[in-house]
Amino acid sequence: MLFEGLSEKLQSAFDKLKGKGKLTEKDIDMAMREVKMALLEADVNFKVVKKFIADVKEKALGQDVMKSITPGQLVVKIVHDELTELMGGNVSKLSFASKPPTVIMLCGLQGAGKTTTAGKLANHLRKESNKNPLLVAADIYRPAAIKQLKVLGEQLNVPVFSLEGASVPTIGKEAMQYARSKNHDVVIFDTAGRLHIDEELMEELVALKEVIDPNDILLVVDSMTGQDAVNVAKEFNDKLDISGVILTKLDGDTRGGAALSVKAVAECPVKFSCHGEKLNDIEPFHPDRLASRILGMGDIVTLVEKAQKNFDIENAKKLEEKLRKNAFTLNDFLSQLSQFKDMGDLDEMIGMMPGINAKQLKGMKVDEKELVKVQAVIQSMTMEEREKPAIINASRRKRIADGSGTSIQQVNKVLKQFDQTQKMLKTFNGQSRKKGKKFKFPFM
Amino acid sequence: MAFFDKLKEQLSKTRNEFKSKLDHLFMNFRTVDEEFFEELEEILIVSDMGVEMTMELIDELRDECKLNKIEDPMEIQTLLKEKIKARIKIEEEEEEEKGLTVYLIVGVNGVGKTTTIGKLANLFKSEGKKVMLAAADTFRAAAIDQLTIWAERVDVPIIKHQDGADPGAVIYDAIQAAKARDIDVLICDTAGRLHNKKNLMNELSKLWKIISSELPDSKKEVFLVLDATTGQNAVSQTKVFSEATHLTGLIMTKMDGTAKGGILISLCSEFDVPVKYIGIGEKIEDIARFDPDHFVDAIL
Repeated sequence: MLFEGLSEKLQSAFDKLKGKGKLTEKDIDMAMREVKMALLEADVNFKVVKKFIADVKEKALGQDVMKSITPGQLVVKIVHDELTELMGGNVSKLSFASKPPTVIMLCGLQGAGKTTTAGKLANHLRKESNKNPLLVAADIYRPAAIKQLKVLGEQLNVPVFSLEGASVPTIGKEAMQYARSKNHDVVIFDTAGRLHIDEELMEELVALKEVIDPNDILLVVDSMTGQDAVNVAKEFNDKLDISGVILTKLDGDTRGGAALSVKAVAECPVKFSCHGEKLNDIEPFHPDRLASRILGMGDIVTLVEKAQKNFDIENAKKLEEKLRKNAFTLNDFLSQLSQFKDMGDLDEMIGMMPGINAKQLKGMKVDEKELVKVQAVIQSMTMEEREKPAIINASRRKRIADGSGTSIQQVNKVLKQFDQTQKMLKTFNGQSRKKGKKFKFPFM
Repeated sequence: MAFFDKLKEQLSKTRNEFKSKLDHLFMNFRTVDEEFFEELEEILIVSDMGVEMTMELIDELRDECKLNKIEDPMEIQTLLKEKIKARIKIEEEEEEEKGLTVYLIVGVNGVGKTTTIGKLANLFKSEGKKVMLAAADTFRAAAIDQLTIWAERVDVPIIKHQDGADPGAVIYDAIQAAKARDIDVLICDTAGRLHNKKNLMNELSKLWKIISSELPDSKKEVFLVLDATTGQNAVSQTKVFSEATHLTGLIMTKMDGTAKGGILISLCSEFDVPVKYIGIGEKIEDIARFDPDHFVDAIL
């Protein structure tokens, strides 16, 4: 990956120029070449990169880059700010209709993740905005697409409207009537994946748009998309005048440069991003965070937010109390583990920590299956054993190993891990008391 | 050759834009200069070939121009074609093997694995083989139904369990059934997985182990399905999937769009895995064996 090295590359390039006094246009050009390469490797479209570089160059020339002790980082900062700006600055929200129902139409290429996203969006709107959504299955082509949406609807307990054998505009009309009669305040249309150059199918979307008059037409874009993202966005926008973008599969290791291309062509904001296979893995899009990602700078804000959302404050207080009294038991260990697991994909979270790059990550991937084993071991202990692990003798170990379907070695490993955690916490406790600071987890 | 015409027609959208740009380039420049190379660079990068591969090709072309005093842009075109062809592996079709052949189809989410399996089943069946499908994507909602519909369309048997079942058990059962029913080709669908999810990749290794221990002497193929729309991430996908299983081939889908699939060239030269098939549409017959010459001629 070229990106991890962007900061360092720029730094070393500028180091060579140190002592030169004034920075010439040629020097900036050289730095910009590195930036250009980095953006191209992130799949930002060539034309978009070209224009972007021209803009950044102007900005960089205006600033006294060489006076900075770390000119490389200053340039990265300028690039980062410009990227954020280009992607829309702030978080953009959905436009809710003044007179419900609000109608949202999803469209995109095959395999971008429209159906899953429709489910996630319904879930999000119900949870975060207290809406009563209706999902509409308007993908009448892909085998089992309607069934897929129905299964998602069942999992979420969100009703799904479908009409076997009907044309897409008819489905649209009937769905709207149904939504009004059942007092749904949001209607989300899942449409079939189609190629942007398929005239016939694009016309079908135009026809659907006319019938349902959507408040938002969202283009679902796979974050792994390459240079062609500009053509896709342009065609969909020309035909449908899209109002926003949803970026999917960001839990992969792609840099997501396609977002920049789409934004530049369609001139509409990215409204949501999807980060996993679970139905709550959707969140409002934050341009600054994707800018960091494109530049390989980590995403600490998302990490902290995830932690905050998932850590129960009450529990944390109780835990803190226990820690102060040095009464941290295996039960607490267990509940910490499940909370940590609930935060989401561990690899993804580690990836968000700044300063950790993919190279270092190699070989130190968090194995979620290991965590499951640890949980099984603790759950196979009696309450007494969890409170007082010291009583766990050889025969108890054997019983726990059998009960959890693991081995005695695994049980020993867990006990040792717990012992170490306890020791570590004691030291922490001692320190925090001295400094009068509140206890914090090492990863927070 | 009707089939080749169809392929050309399907690739034509890809071809038209790319080709007209290239033609424009080769026609408009009377002589090979820096400006010429810069435009060529843009065209290659926009094909998703990747910065590294583009630079490598351009540097080689530049050197040869200097060395052999080439001034005619048309000569560069020929040179470029040769260079790209040399990088795409050509593998002679092996002798038809007797007995059961197992295909494990893997890839990230949404690349078109299930559709590709439907097309492959149809292709093999039309060659007179006895085909069976295994629905080992037990994770995604309605994935089993989707594959079942394909099995009905092609009229081949399918082995399936319920949603959420262990994919290893599905494959095991399918292998036993294939043996018992004297099947020639068993194609196994798997759940889409992002390659950076370690536990999911481990699951894939497990599936591979089941197949190799149950069928030590049979021919086994693991095909990674890639989406032509994908950019540089395809490199990372190929790398990690080839570490988890023994990839024997790549399938590139959605070649009927405007994406050029230039990443193929990088993949072929970086990994020792040939491209086997390309997907060129939504209909059941829209799949073709990959032919490097046709591919390069069609896009250049």
